[in-house]
Amino acid sequence: MLGLSKKDTKFLFIVIALTAATPILLQPFPEGSAMSQFNAGYPDLMQRFAIFGIFAIGFNILFGLTGYLSFGHAAFLGVGSYSAVWMFKLLSMNVLPGIILAIIVSGLFALVIGYVSLRRSGIYFSILTLAFAQMSFNLAYSVLTPITNGETGLQVTLNDPRILGQQVAANGNVPPTNFFGLEMGSSLKIPVGGWEFTFNAGYYFCAVIAILAFYLSLRIFRSPFGLMLRAIKTNQTRLNYTGLNSRPYTLAAFVISGMYAGLAGGLLASMDPLAGAERMQWTASGEVVLMTILGGVGTMMGPILGAGFIKYFENIFSKINENVLHQWFSFLPDGLEGFVIWVAEHFVGSGWHLTSGVLFMMVVIFLPGGLVEGGQRIGKKLKRKKSDGDGDDAEHHPKQSPHVAE
Amino acid sequence: MGLLEVKGVGKRFGGLQALGDVNLSVQENTVHAIIGPNGAGKSTLLNCFVGKLIPDTGSVMFNGQSVLGRTPFEINQMGISRVFQTPEIFGDLNVMENMMIPCFAKRDGAFRLHAFETVENEKDLVEKAEQMLIDVNMIDKRHMNAASMSRGDKRRLEMAMCLVQDPKLLLLDEPTAGMARADTNNTIDLLKEIKEKRDITMAIIEHDMHVVFSLAERITVLAQGTPLVEDTPENIKGHPKVQEAYLGEAH
Amino acid sequence: MDAIILQILNGLDKGSAYALIALGLTLIFGTLGVVNFAHGALFMIGAFCAVTMQRILTLSYETIDATKTDFLGNALKVKTPYVESWFGPEMGASIIDWAVPLAILFSIPIMLLVGYVMERGLIKHFYKRPHADQILVTFGLAIVLQELIKHYYGANPIPTGAPDAFKGSFDFGTLLGFDPNTVIYPYWRMVYFAFAAVIIGAVFAFLQFTTFGMVVRAGMADRETVGLLGINIDKRFTIMFGLAAAVAGLAGVMYAPINSPNYHMGMDFLVLSFVVVVVGGMGSLPGAVLAGFMLGILESFASMNWIKDIVPGIDQIIIYLVAIIILLTRPRGLMGRKGVMED
Repeated sequence: MLGLSKKDTKFLFIVIALTAATPILLQPFPEGSAMSQFNAGYPDLMQRFAIFGIFAIGFNILFGLTGYLSFGHAAFLGVGSYSAVWMFKLLSMNVLPGIILAIIVSGLFALVIGYVSLRRSGIYFSILTLAFAQMSFNLAYSVLTPITNGETGLQVTLNDPRILGQQVAANGNVPPTNFFGLEMGSSLKIPVGGWEFTFNAGYYFCAVIAILAFYLSLRIFRSPFGLMLRAIKTNQTRLNYTGLNSRPYTLAAFVISGMYAGLAGGLLASMDPLAGAERMQWTASGEVVLMTILGGVGTMMGPILGAGFIKYFENIFSKINENVLHQWFSFLPDGLEGFVIWVAEHFVGSGWHLTSGVLFMMVVIFLPGGLVEGGQRIGKKLKRKKSDGDGDDAEHHPKQSPHVAE
Repeated sequence: MGLLEVKGVGKRFGGLQALGDVNLSVQENTVHAIIGPNGAGKSTLLNCFVGKLIPDTGSVMFNGQSVLGRTPFEINQMGISRVFQTPEIFGDLNVMENMMIPCFAKRDGAFRLHAFETVENEKDLVEKAEQMLIDVNMIDKRHMNAASMSRGDKRRLEMAMCLVQDPKLLLLDEPTAGMARADTNNTIDLLKEIKEKRDITMAIIEHDMHVVFSLAERITVLAQGTPLVEDTPENIKGHPKVQEAYLGEAH
Repeated sequence: MDAIILQILNGLDKGSAYALIALGLTLIFGTLGVVNFAHGALFMIGAFCAVTMQRILTLSYETIDATKTDFLGNALKVKTPYVESWFGPEMGASIIDWAVPLAILFSIPIMLLVGYVMERGLIKHFYKRPHADQILVTFGLAIVLQELIKHYYGANPIPTGAPDAFKGSFDFGTLLGFDPNTVIYPYWRMVYFAFAAVIIGAVFAFLQFTTFGMVVRAGMADRETVGLLGINIDKRFTIMFGLAAAVAGLAGVMYAPINSPNYHMGMDFLVLSFVVVVVGGMGSLPGAVLAGFMLGILESFASMNWIKDIVPGIDQIIIYLVAIIILLTRPRGLMGRKGVMED
């Protein structure tokens, strides 16, 4: 169905069901209960799951398939955000034109950067992309201020022309972003017993696009094009002597993944119409790398899992403070409690970045295949009997291979 | 006129004259071996055929067209496939995927953005690849990961990948280098089989005389970057110049 | 002319820092074959050694000085650093004043230790892993180190002064026959440049004239062969890593008065230093030094007003631009050798 094998169709439907039910699944604890701080069914957070999922899926098309490690993908995210906000300023607050422009502009930008960067591979490629991203970041802060509004960031204002839409909403504010009238911020709250579920228009908009993005990447993974990309990762020499020109393939992968990043950037701006240069910084590029490797490089589900994992724990860890820690560890004897809290303090609140750094290292050291591989290892241990029946699923066992082609 | 015409090819690396003035003609449907002692310039010559090196002087014409200045993938698209000294295959992919890539390259050219088709749905190509695997007795290994196979199987796979493209010319760079006797004999048998089953031109670089005399129909002897003689295997065997080149080297 | 000299001088100190970091990066890459994204963090740790030294020296006790009162009439509390009470006020004050140079002594064992722990505890296990893995794990380590520093020292830059003796500026203009005050250059920056020159010279001398250095150079040229000779490369690698860490740390210590240390300075310098290494040619030590100074000076030229008027924003991107051009035209960098990280 849909040009997918039976297994993949099933896979896709699972993803659709999960995304549709996310507002419920992520709200497992009743409101007001001690555990409710672990709930994640907030519109803002769920939108981030979907958006960064898209970003990571796109990144995985490049890094997972071809092995080219880009350290500059945040630049495309940033460019996407700026483009979308400009559409909101000039055209209307309808998100569609904004998102389309975001994809086009980031695609063109990726074409230029990719054309230059892909002349080199391995670590040189990583550094070139990093250099380009830092360059864009610096320019956004300095010379390009008329376009990016520098440090303040680009925002929609009441004075913007918005030639196709309302300039000012009825209440005197800037009109909200919408999809043909459906406001992105509008939510339907349904209380069920002690629970309260929020069904947010913005989230479902992002979710639908994320599913489309996932479907597209599934098709790419199974296509001859995807096969060529995996071949590039394995052995570029053989590929060239087999009559294939690797450069347009890598460039196409780079542009596609740049467009995914632009789409994610456009969606970020659609949910909250502002764009800042900090979205382009190398830390942001590092984050998407982390999401992808944490989930599992080159796997279908990995990037989504990784993005969800990172964004969820970022949210949870940032919320925890010393008081919460005291509550948790009060059962320990005083001295030990003090010590445990002292250690834990480093990792929570603003220490989230430390946690993510540690996580980064742990994954690379102990679990190069990411969460997906971890899950598979556990699964294998549970049913040892199962022999090698999954031989047709090669990309689920990615072997990290050095990307030093001839 | 031969399928591959090499005229006056010379190549210099710094102070070393790797190739002097090589003239060579590989006729269609023959197995042509290029032999010579170590450092005779065999590999340099081969690299000039496939676009890895550009000679300083001379011309290399394939099927009436010059290959000089073209990239390896363009030359492959012209109809030259190459087998490496150490098998170059796609280690992370399985055998069938390895076979599909040359099939796509043959049909779609050097680049095509076929991102919305599915590999399995390309029935014609799948069939072609499977047939090739049957021909080289590897069909039962189709789902195996290529990197985990034995060296002999990797060599077999690499040849199958080249042959499935129906190349006009198959270049083999020391196909038995580093192989045990048994593996070498298997490879010879495989090549003989290929030769019997289809019309194909092969150029083999080799310094194992056993391999050369079992396969070749024409032999060019290269020494110090220039061809000494070109003749049939029978005549080469007793040729004084060849003896000299090899024995002289042996001292 | 005077403006040109001024810009060259201005570029020297930043160039020195680039050169020192790039030198360490190249040493590690050349010998160990590891791409160390945490090298900038070592530079930062060095700078924070200076901060720590300053803090240790100014550790104080409080006494109540009954002779003075604050505006409410209470007796004033006076802080006296321990060093002042131990060595007498004058001697003590000058010790505090010289905190940064003193931190050099303090930082060397610390940096060697940090380098040792890093290499034995982490990097060692990545020699045989792909470069992408090395980049990723050291990138993670860089984040961890920078966040730890942020946790303990806060997010704001910490001013760390040079000794009073070096606070002024030297007027090169009068020396060279220009008008006074046209080419002035702070003393500390001169010190920094001289210091960098000494370190670079020492590293090269060490590699050139000692047996150890010879093995290291041989290892950089052909790792396998040296391994075959039965020389214990592993142990030397550890020392090499410690040495590179110390070089980066010293560069950081001395840089503290030029740029107040903050937790993200490591990453800021790392990105640029990598660009420097690539421009110089991966694996080439002279290339790293040359490119470091060259890019430092270029950056300083690009920040001249009339140049910025012609090409706005050029000062922000000049280094990256040069790197991109070099990589595309001379793929091996200025002095790169064949076979090192080829692609």
